[in-house]
Order: sequence, then C-alpha cells, then structure tokens
Amino acid sequence: MQKFTTLTATACPIEIANLNTDQLIPVRFLKLPRSAGLGKFLLHDLRCDAQGHERPDFPLNRPAWREARILVGGRNFACGSSREAAVYALVDWGIRCVITPSFGDIFAGNAVQNGLLTAVVRDEEAAVLMAALGAEPSLPVTVDLAAQTIASGRDTLRFSIDPVRRLRLLNGWEDIDLTRSHGSEIAAFKAMDRARRPWAIPPNAPAPDPRP
Amino acid sequence: MNEPRTLFDKVWAAHEIVRSEDGEALLWVDRHYVHEGSFHAFTRLGERGEAAAEPSLTFAVADHYVPTGGSRASASNPEIARMVRTLEENCAKHHITLFGLGDPRQGIVHVVGPEQGMTLPGLLIVCGDSHTSTHGALGALAFGIGASEVAHVLMTQTIWQRKPKRMRISLAGRPEPGVAAKDIVLALIARIGADGATGHAIEFAGPAIRSLSMDGRLTLCNMAIEAGARCGMVAPDETTFRYLEGRPYAPRGAAFARAVEDWSRLKTDDDASFDRDVQLDASEIVPFVTWGTSPEDALPIDGCVPDPTSTTDETRASYLRSALEYMGIAPGKRLTEIAIDRVFIGSCTNARMEDLRAAAAVLAGRVSKVPGLVSPGSSQVKRQAEDEGLDRIFRAAGLEWASSGCSMCAGMNGDVVAAGERCASTTNRNFRGRQGRGARTHLMSPAMVAAAAVSGHLADVRLLLAGRTQ
Repeated sequence: MQKFTTLTATACPIEIANLNTDQLIPVRFLKLPRSAGLGKFLLHDLRCDAQGHERPDFPLNRPAWREARILVGGRNFACGSSREAAVYALVDWGIRCVITPSFGDIFAGNAVQNGLLTAVVRDEEAAVLMAALGAEPSLPVTVDLAAQTIASGRDTLRFSIDPVRRLRLLNGWEDIDLTRSHGSEIAAFKAMDRARRPWAIPPNAPAPDPRP
Repeated sequence: MNEPRTLFDKVWAAHEIVRSEDGEALLWVDRHYVHEGSFHAFTRLGERGEAAAEPSLTFAVADHYVPTGGSRASASNPEIARMVRTLEENCAKHHITLFGLGDPRQGIVHVVGPEQGMTLPGLLIVCGDSHTSTHGALGALAFGIGASEVAHVLMTQTIWQRKPKRMRISLAGRPEPGVAAKDIVLALIARIGADGATGHAIEFAGPAIRSLSMDGRLTLCNMAIEAGARCGMVAPDETTFRYLEGRPYAPRGAAFARAVEDWSRLKTDDDASFDRDVQLDASEIVPFVTWGTSPEDALPIDGCVPDPTSTTDETRASYLRSALEYMGIAPGKRLTEIAIDRVFIGSCTNARMEDLRAAAAVLAGRVSKVPGLVSPGSSQVKRQAEDEGLDRIFRAAGLEWASSGCSMCAGMNGDVVAAGERCASTTNRNFRGRQGRGARTHLMSPAMVAAAAVSGHLADVRLLLAGRTQ
C-alpha cells in the first residue's frame, strides 16, 4: 500500500453536509472492475448534468481545483453505503487526503486500506479553511501526517486520526501481514472457542422446501 | 467482582483474539455474508492466490442485482446477468454455500440470515453492506465492512477493529396503533442526526423494545447505520428464542437448549455504564416521513417542510434550499399536500411478513392511485405472503407483486424511479439519486406507504385504520 507522509497540494472545498457514498460514486458504476479506473465517476451526478456534461460551477470542475489532491468537506462525509468504490473513485481521481469535521465509520475504515488519509478537524476549523480556499483557490495546503498538522498560508491546524490508522498510513502496512503474524493465536482461539460456544458452528441444514 | 458490562461488551470480549497495545483488537468472525457486490474482494483473493479460510462460516446470497420480474431464470440485462454469474463462480471456486437465483431460500441477505437461523445471538457477523447492522436485532454484533475488509475476512476469518463507544437508546411506553418501528427509528434519527451515533454501538433497550416483534427489532437495527452507528443491538429474550427455534441453521435439540442457556446471559448488567444515553417515549411518537435528502430530514406527518427563510444559520438555510430544490417541494408546504407518483414496498428495512401484513391491512378493499412495486424480503416471505393471500390484496389494489431482491431500494437491478418522480418508499435512504438518477424518495413505514398509495399523496395512516386491525 502507498505510504502517506506529507503532501503539499491545492485543496478543493466541497461544502455539503452528509455527502454520502451514493454521491461519491453512483450505484450504476459499481459493476465496473477497479481496473476500469473509477476517477471519472467521482461525484458524477453532482459534477455532470443529465447529458454527462461537466457543470462548470461545481468546485472540482473549476480550473483552480481540477488538480486538487486534497478535499475539504462537510460533516458526516461519506456516510451511508459501505461501497469501497467511493474510496477508489477519490484515489483514482488523485485525491490523497480528505479533511472534514467527521466521516462515516465504514468509509474511514475503507480509506486507510487504500492509502487515503481521513483528517478530522473541528467544524469551525473546516469552515475557516473553506473560507480561506474560497478567497484564494490556489492556496497550497501542506498535510503532515507524522505531526498531524495542516498548514495553509499563515495558519496551522492540528487534525485527529485514529493512532493505529496513522501508523498504517505512515508505514504503508497492510492488515493481512499483521494478521498473518498472529496465526498461532488465531488457531488457539478457534480451538478454544469451538469448545466454549459449540452452538456457533452452523449445523448442516436440512434440504430446503423445494417450492420455487 | 467483575466490572459490570453491557451486552455489546460481552459479545465483543468473546471474540477478541488479540488486543494490540494501541487499542485495536483482532476479532473472530462467526458468520460472513457475501453478495454480488463482493466481487472486488474475490478478485483480491485471486490476485494473491488465496483460498477462503472458513467456507463453512461464509454464506452467499444473490440479492443486489437480481431481477424481480419475469421468470428470473436469467437476467435479461447482460451486465446484471454477469454480476450474478460471477458470484456463482466465486462461490463454486471457494466452496461457499450460495442461495442463488432460483433457490427457494434466496432473498435479501439481511432478511435471509435471520430467517434461515444463520444469524444467532452472540455471534459476530460481517458483510460488505452497511445494513449488516440489521442482524443485531437478535443480539448479534453485526456491522458492514468494505471490500478490502471482506477480502481480509475471507482469507483469515478475522477482522481488526477499534472498540466503539456505547450508546443506549431507551424506549419507554408503547406505540399507538399505526405507529411502527420505522416511525420510532425515523423519530430517533431526526432527533440525534444522521451522524448522531457515529463511532458508537447502539443498544436498543426498554419496555417498548421488549414488547416489539422480531420483525420490528430488525427494522430498528437496520436503520441504526442511518444514525451513523457502527451497529445496533437488542438483548436476546423469549421473543428471540421463539423466533429461532426450528429454523434450518439454528442449533437443534439439546444444542438449542444449551445455546439458550448461554444466550440468556447476553444482557447488559444492571450497573453497566454507557458513553451516551438517549431516552424516547414510544407512546409520544406519531407516524414520520422524510421530506429531504438525508434520513435526518424526517418530520411527523402532520407537520410542514422547513422554510429556509426561517433560520438565521446560513449553512442550514443553504442545505434546506438545496434539499427542497432537489425534492421539488415549496418551502413550508404541508407534508400531507405532497402528491406522489409511485410507491415501493420492499428492502432489508421493511419487507418482512409483519411489514407486508401492515401494508395489506390498509390496502385491503382499496385501490392505489399511483403505480407501485411490492418486492418481498425473501422468496420464503413471498411464499408465506401468498399463502396468506396478501399478494391478492396488493394486486387488487393495482400494485405489482414481484420477486425478492434489493430491487428499487438501490436500483442496481434496473428497478428504478424515473428522474423527477416522487416515490413513497419503505426503504432506508432518501439520498439524491438513490432510487434512480433524479428520483425523489420519501421514507416511511409500510402502512404509511399504503396510506400514501390510496391517497395519492403523503397521508396519515391512522385516519385510514378506523375499523381495521393491523
């Protein structure tokens, strides 16, 4: 997995609360494999009109923010459906960090699996950052994960992130490697648990009622 | 003396394999449910040359993309047929039991799990779907995960998690006739917000929960995710045990008795503390509907939609303008004056027997003023509803009686609401474009959807229940 240490880039503000994963990537694009590249479907139905033409006033379509690598969003960002394709669409577009007052839990878990940093700041800090970007769209923003800081112009904010997720991003660790190192504990748990909770093992079910 | 613990604490502790110094735990997974949307994870296994670690603890259901009309032998849309076929191939390759198209046990995964007795109290259950919270209604710890985590669970039967905080929703009183679990949970989300329970495991407790049916509890826990919760749980009791006994995958005979003994201990200790406590009185809750584009945009049916000019908070006003514009509703409009174009009764939220009966009780002898689709939560629910004659009531009312799947809740299978159309729906999300691009969704209970159908506009079902029993 790609590591995240520091990033300096332009940042695009999207001031929408509860911007759910259905918006981040609409359902009709979920049949596609990751290899198709999902970036072009990011926020598709908000970015594009019914004919598929880009809406020039949508923040990500504005020239200053097309190359943004950072998004600044509203509260409860990426709530809703567990679709990891919401993360794929962001990452494939080029976004490496999202800064908001809060994230949907499942999305935040999916993000760390794909090297996407979810940085949590206070409501008023997000609002100040959005206002600064509105006033100066090309303002470079530097995110430092080790220091947990966001620097823009003369301001520096601290952000929060789960400490374990921070370490995983800094080191590019994958869960599976850590889990494999606990193979003997998993085997011991399984043996102990089968004796302790025999009812947790599903029996062979009887044949189903054949009516269609 | 041990520290008093909550139901959630007990189930969590029983699954901890390892707890790291930084506070994450490696948890054992008792049941892993997969569906057509899980293909990214199977691709990952293929890339790594890995096999599923515990296929006997993994169950697959075809639901998200399955057609609900016609013979269903094969989907007519080739892309959709490919999604179902890919699931079949992955299950065959990894020796996973599949309830596929044509299987009498097929249905929506969150209906099928409890119905088949695969979901049990005290189990840890994951699925690559946010509405996995549903299974907590039986006292399981159940939550939705993403594709990378699905791949991890397939490979190891474990998952890394940080323990969430604990939140108790206590429900006093008894709901009035015409008020359902859906109304309770919409009232809750309206109060605490769509992120009101983020980072928390909810336990639903109190007298109103004890007297609630299993179907009602499943609806409540299903919608816990719409409040942002990691999971929702109800302590197992006699209602749970009676529901489970005799189901195909539930323990049988002496094993069931032993299980009930263990399950009976799965309740919150008297002195256990929660990080947050919320109290609601079910007797004060009236039928709720949503007016906007988040489940938190819910109001009692006798109310009016908000007016952006009546708030001084510019962020809030901007949100209201945007939501009302998308929904095509004038500010301040009476909810009961909002005309609808169609109805949908279905989804993992509200398509079980009790839901279909509640809708049929309103529709019997009446005709819907708008077209609509009824998709039962499972093929088994469909058969039982037909045995009870409910299909005839829906058809006589002018609604389409379809097969089971996720259908118009997410529109993946092609069952969509047209752009600009307004749908009264028993589903869980009124997000922009959720039921189809440009579709306008109003969430409500099955009885309220039936009331809207026969009225042609959002309506208070209590006025239509006079002389009828639900």
